[in-house]
Amino acid sequence: MLMLLLAPFTLVLGLFFVIPLGIIMVYSFLEPGLYGGVEWNWYPYNYGRIIGWPLNEYEEFDPIYLKIFLNSVQIALMTVIGTLVLCYPAAFWVARMTGTRKNLILFLVTLPFFANMLVRIYAWLLLLRPTGFFNTMLQSTGVIVEPLDLLFTNFSVIVGMVYILTPFMFLPIYVNVEKLDWSLVRASQDLGANPLQTFRRVILPLTAPGIIAGSLIVFIPALGNFIVPSFLGGSKVQMTGNLIERSFLQSRDWPFGAALALLIMASVVALILFQLSRQRKSDMRGGA
Amino acid sequence: MRSIGLRKETALDSFLDITTVSKAYRTPQGGTVKALDDVTLRVRNNEFLTLLGPSGCGKTTLLKCIAGFEDISAGDISLEGRSLKGVPAHRRPFNTVFQNYALFPHLTVSDNVGYGLDVARVARSERNKRVDEAMTLVGLAEFGARMPSSLSGGQQQRVALARSLVLRPRVLLLDEPLSALDRKMRETMQLELKNLQHSVGITFIFVTHDQEEALAMSDRIAVLANGKVQQIGRPKDIYDEPCNEFVANFVGTSNIFRGRIVRAEAGCITMRTANGRELLAKSDRFNAGDRATLILRPEHMKLGIAGKNDGAMTGKVVQSVFVGSDMHLHVEVGLGRTALVHHRHSKGDDAETFANGAEVALHYAPEAAHLIEDTGV
Repeated sequence: MLMLLLAPFTLVLGLFFVIPLGIIMVYSFLEPGLYGGVEWNWYPYNYGRIIGWPLNEYEEFDPIYLKIFLNSVQIALMTVIGTLVLCYPAAFWVARMTGTRKNLILFLVTLPFFANMLVRIYAWLLLLRPTGFFNTMLQSTGVIVEPLDLLFTNFSVIVGMVYILTPFMFLPIYVNVEKLDWSLVRASQDLGANPLQTFRRVILPLTAPGIIAGSLIVFIPALGNFIVPSFLGGSKVQMTGNLIERSFLQSRDWPFGAALALLIMASVVALILFQLSRQRKSDMRGGA
Repeated sequence: MRSIGLRKETALDSFLDITTVSKAYRTPQGGTVKALDDVTLRVRNNEFLTLLGPSGCGKTTLLKCIAGFEDISAGDISLEGRSLKGVPAHRRPFNTVFQNYALFPHLTVSDNVGYGLDVARVARSERNKRVDEAMTLVGLAEFGARMPSSLSGGQQQRVALARSLVLRPRVLLLDEPLSALDRKMRETMQLELKNLQHSVGITFIFVTHDQEEALAMSDRIAVLANGKVQQIGRPKDIYDEPCNEFVANFVGTSNIFRGRIVRAEAGCITMRTANGRELLAKSDRFNAGDRATLILRPEHMKLGIAGKNDGAMTGKVVQSVFVGSDMHLHVEVGLGRTALVHHRHSKGDDAETFANGAEVALHYAPEAAHLIEDTGV
């Protein structure tokens, strides 16, 4: 009976996840075809290219793809930090509210989800460009004379990603903070700890699970993202996502794109496994 | 128990004074509610004082005000003559044992106990020494590496105690710490707490709604209701001489008779109730013609014909409940009122005497009755 109930889910998972993943894995070891597609020959050079290994005597060692990957990691980390800084205090503020006001605020936090993501990214395009809101504000108040180059930088990509991914950071942290036992804060005060000590010794350790969960949920889409960098980064900011998109759609080098995709996937899986093993260790210690 | 070298102070004139303290809350409807109403209380050094009262009487609010977790709207709280106004909770020399213990779930037992010392940055060697002392004091010497979630309720409570005592506070505040324990554990802990307080010589202020607990443990009890102190005194005094009907009903059980004094000679009082019954009592505070309320505890009333000097009444048994050591009899004594009589059970008792509908004669010694002014309630 259980098997029957699980069948639809297994079917969907198999059809739309396992099989495509298998295809990608296989493709990453194949030779790219001349006009796109693949040649069914064993071709181990895709992974080599990622780390910059020269393909033939006309190329030099150039770890440009690795640099792009590291830039992606950096941008994703900055996104995590940005969303964390915004969401952590906000979660406390909302958790302390009561009644209808709290529900209203929670609704407002998740409201952006209902708006189209492209529209939201485009909004930042309009805000950050040389004739956009920020530049005209700064110019009219005399802070700057020439418009700043805000758009098509790492900065604009990070801003866009923070904007898109904030709800993903907010909810795990909020759930964790809501369950915090405030009598522990009072006990810490009673035992002589000032607010900073109480934060460091009690609140932070107890909200750490929420922070970690939120960080993972933000980091993963941020790492592989290609929409935000393609809008707000133009061609100046390259992330691995852009590379993959270009490999499949423009360069028609499917195996290389597949190899890049697997690189991202491997990093993410490694991160998750690391976090799981840390969690299992702390569970065995008998931690709460 | 071995003393851990705490200072034993001689009795000072003023130790912890709570003077005309009031605390008001604003209700959502716009009115104000007084959680504490003009409370004055002088806590003595080294005493076990219990704040006793029903839910909502203000006892926990008073405790929080002493601890510094809440502000007071009027009045003052001072320690040895120095006002505590403006002194935040983490700087007052008091520690609180919370009702749910509030143990830090992510720290071991010894890290919990040592938390206050770690926060004060006490040197490692001294910190470990004091933590060991405190854990031995509460009987948990071997439990240092355990996590709070793996302990029983009674053990968690002792960790909470150790965590507070290790800081050697001037006053230990306990907010209904035994209410989460089962009956047997609670009785054991009552004794342990009482002995602990004697051996460490710290003032304990204990909050509870359980009057038996208060009577068993305290040096003095302060009974609160509606934010006001009703009576302060030693347990025996509160029990034998309640100052008003509330205290008489809240602490133990009372039979209450209202009437007018018809004779008051040489301390012997005769009071006549509305249905003409005449009850005897002893007091020199009342005169003939005064209205009064007479309080009789169930254990003072005995079955049988009254002797020459005894107070007496008659009635009909409407219910009898056997509780082992006693027979609880509900006796209708007229005016629709029922008196509760605790008759000491003995093996040879005749069941007929307690049958429903049986007519009984009750008597009591006049000294056992307690007279208070009729408040007209």
